[in-house]
Amino acid sequence: MNDATHSHDDHGHGHDEAPHFTRRGYLIGFLLSVVLTAIPFWLVMTGALQNPAVTTILIIGFAVVQILVHTVCFLHVNTRAEGGWTLMAYVFTAVLVVIVLAGSLWIMYHLNSNMMPMPSAEMGAPS
Amino acid sequence: MFDESLSRAIFGRLTFESFPIHEPILLVTFAGVVLGGIGVLAAITKYRLWGWLWREWFTSIDHKKIGIMYMILGVIMLLRGFSDAIMMRLQQAIAFGGSEGYLPPHHYDQVFTAHGTIMIFFVAIPLVVGIVNFVMPLQIGARDVAFPYLNNLSFWLTAAGAGLVMISLFVGEFSTAGWLNYVPVSNLQNSPGTGPDYYLWALQIAGIGTTLSGINMVATVIKMRAPGMTMMKMPIFVWTAFCSNILVVAIFPVLTAAFAMLMLDRYLGFNFFTNDLGGNPMMYWNLVWIWGHPEVYVLVLPAFGIYSEITSTFTGKRLFGYSSMVYATVVITILSWLVWLHHFFTMGSGASVNSFFGIATMIISIPTGAKIFNWLFTMYRGRIRFELPMQWVLAFMITFVVGGMTGVLLAVPPADFVLHNSLFLVAHFHNVIIGGVVFGLFAAIEYWWPKAFGFRLDPFWGKVNFWGWVIGYWVAWTPMYVAGLMGVTRRLQHIEDPSTQWLFVIAAIGVAIIAVGILGFLIQIGVSIKNRDKLRDTTGDPWGGRTLEWSTSSPPPAYNFAVTPVIHDLDAWYDMKERGAQRPTTGFKPIHMPRNTGTGVILSGLALALGFGMIWYMWWLAALSAVGLLVVAIVHTFNYNRDYFIPADEVTQNEDARTQLLAAGA
Repeated sequence: MNDATHSHDDHGHGHDEAPHFTRRGYLIGFLLSVVLTAIPFWLVMTGALQNPAVTTILIIGFAVVQILVHTVCFLHVNTRAEGGWTLMAYVFTAVLVVIVLAGSLWIMYHLNSNMMPMPSAEMGAPS
Repeated sequence: MFDESLSRAIFGRLTFESFPIHEPILLVTFAGVVLGGIGVLAAITKYRLWGWLWREWFTSIDHKKIGIMYMILGVIMLLRGFSDAIMMRLQQAIAFGGSEGYLPPHHYDQVFTAHGTIMIFFVAIPLVVGIVNFVMPLQIGARDVAFPYLNNLSFWLTAAGAGLVMISLFVGEFSTAGWLNYVPVSNLQNSPGTGPDYYLWALQIAGIGTTLSGINMVATVIKMRAPGMTMMKMPIFVWTAFCSNILVVAIFPVLTAAFAMLMLDRYLGFNFFTNDLGGNPMMYWNLVWIWGHPEVYVLVLPAFGIYSEITSTFTGKRLFGYSSMVYATVVITILSWLVWLHHFFTMGSGASVNSFFGIATMIISIPTGAKIFNWLFTMYRGRIRFELPMQWVLAFMITFVVGGMTGVLLAVPPADFVLHNSLFLVAHFHNVIIGGVVFGLFAAIEYWWPKAFGFRLDPFWGKVNFWGWVIGYWVAWTPMYVAGLMGVTRRLQHIEDPSTQWLFVIAAIGVAIIAVGILGFLIQIGVSIKNRDKLRDTTGDPWGGRTLEWSTSSPPPAYNFAVTPVIHDLDAWYDMKERGAQRPTTGFKPIHMPRNTGTGVILSGLALALGFGMIWYMWWLAALSAVGLLVVAIVHTFNYNRDYFIPADEVTQNEDARTQLLAAGA
């Protein structure tokens, strides 16, 4: 049935190199997720650092690592899956998300500092 | 009679006042549409075509038929959008000084909003998706797209969105907030009516369809190419369709999110885009243009692919610089994400932001320019046949280059401060969209029509269409460049200063010339169908084509290719002809095909009802349709009867008939 093009639904996914869905991979992912969630939680609950700015940056850092853990352990994105398309799509998406978020923040921040009190001397100053 | 609260419970805010009985223009249009509609329905009933339409077309999940249905939807909506254009040009030609014209401001605002919305979302997108749907699977040697049922659903969702926009013409009103439904005009306090809600629901429903279609096409290109077709052996149209659909998948979620936030603002009293309570209207502009700029490339990249295929075919040469064309397309795909702020340079960002986005915008013209040179070098020393598709390509190159240059001009932030929201800008984007996308679509229709129906289009009426559009475009939009440079802003219902009136009169003449072109197009289709026996093409390859779609019969059989072709070279069909490859005539196997389903039509009908209910605050209707959507979608997952086999005998019969036809023609 190689030339039958519509092998959707009941035909399953006949990949040659099935990804390794091992129990160990999931357990590692689960443990890492728990740890990466617990630490930020602990930071906020106890106020251990007493510095909101540093705490925020740390939490964002943990969130990014958390995303990567999920990607590798649960979504099984690696260089081999689907002939590399999965990884390429993932990187492409990441680039676009970074462009959109960073660009929007930059634009809106700029707008905010230029527009709110409208001090004429400040036009175009911050960057 | 009716208790007030009971009527509200049943009809929401729909009352007799919602129907525009006091607007003569709308009444006449309404009467025309009703009479025409009844005529069409009666004709279908009289010739007993309902069953045939339902079985062969509406429920069809054949990518070719869905592509054709997309084209029909696009052409119908083109007529609607173009009527809006005529109304605007007429109004602006007469509403000077003391004259108020014939359209009151509130109506005029709806007309320009509907024109922009329809032309982009319900003309350009369906036409581009339609061409991609029809041609791309044939070019990669596939039997259908990756998810055939999803394809049918995508089409019907788009049609449902178009239906909602059309309903708004006669029931209630459409948005007055411009083609992207801008806040603060579309905020609840400024537009308490149904206009923005019609806009939002129509586009959300159609947007889901477009997104699903994008996913489908990307999966098709990645997974379903014929053996031997590596990425760098894909026809250039497939590459451009691929990049265009990657963009669709990436951008439409942003638009959906922006619209969803505006819906929350309007329905549940959120304050994302309001002026107070921490809302920020400019965030809406930011989000819709993150969608909006790549959208331009969603439309124009496939058009570039069309021009490439046609140039190569009609010069009888391999495309010059194939790999540079591919890289240019990919670079545009990424760069299109770095330029969105140029749509609102004047919003108030500082010099550093504006210069970054200005420079990024200028850079994007480099890969586009490279493409123009590639087409020129393809033509250089080629044996050019000036048939209609090629004429469209030439008209495109001349027109588009001008549009590209005014675009680079607008990319300079200081110049943009002068030209922002002027008619110069409006002329620029009509220049690139008509010159780039519309010309490409007509070229594509002219080029692939024989493949879709087995006969060519009538060349005389095609020329009427061609010259009507080309001359009409220049007569209509050159004066608008001038008026814009002199400071006339866009979206004006009435212009105080009479010194520019002559420009608008010329523009109105231009739109009349374009109308001749469109009329020529409709007559061309009618005449060609009438004379189809004289225009018949039995070879399946009327233009001396180079890509796989020309290797099968016209129209192609349901299964496209009796035997999956094996690809050795770019321009696979040309390569086969050169090597004298014989098409197989025996040894066919049964072909596995997907089965038709009506689920797409039903789901889209329910989505339309959901949208209508939400727009008019008929909560019972909305709730029922939402539940219906869920139930039908779940029930469909239990439908296991989704495929069948075309028996080998039938394939053999079919192919034998073609063998005889080819022999008779040779």
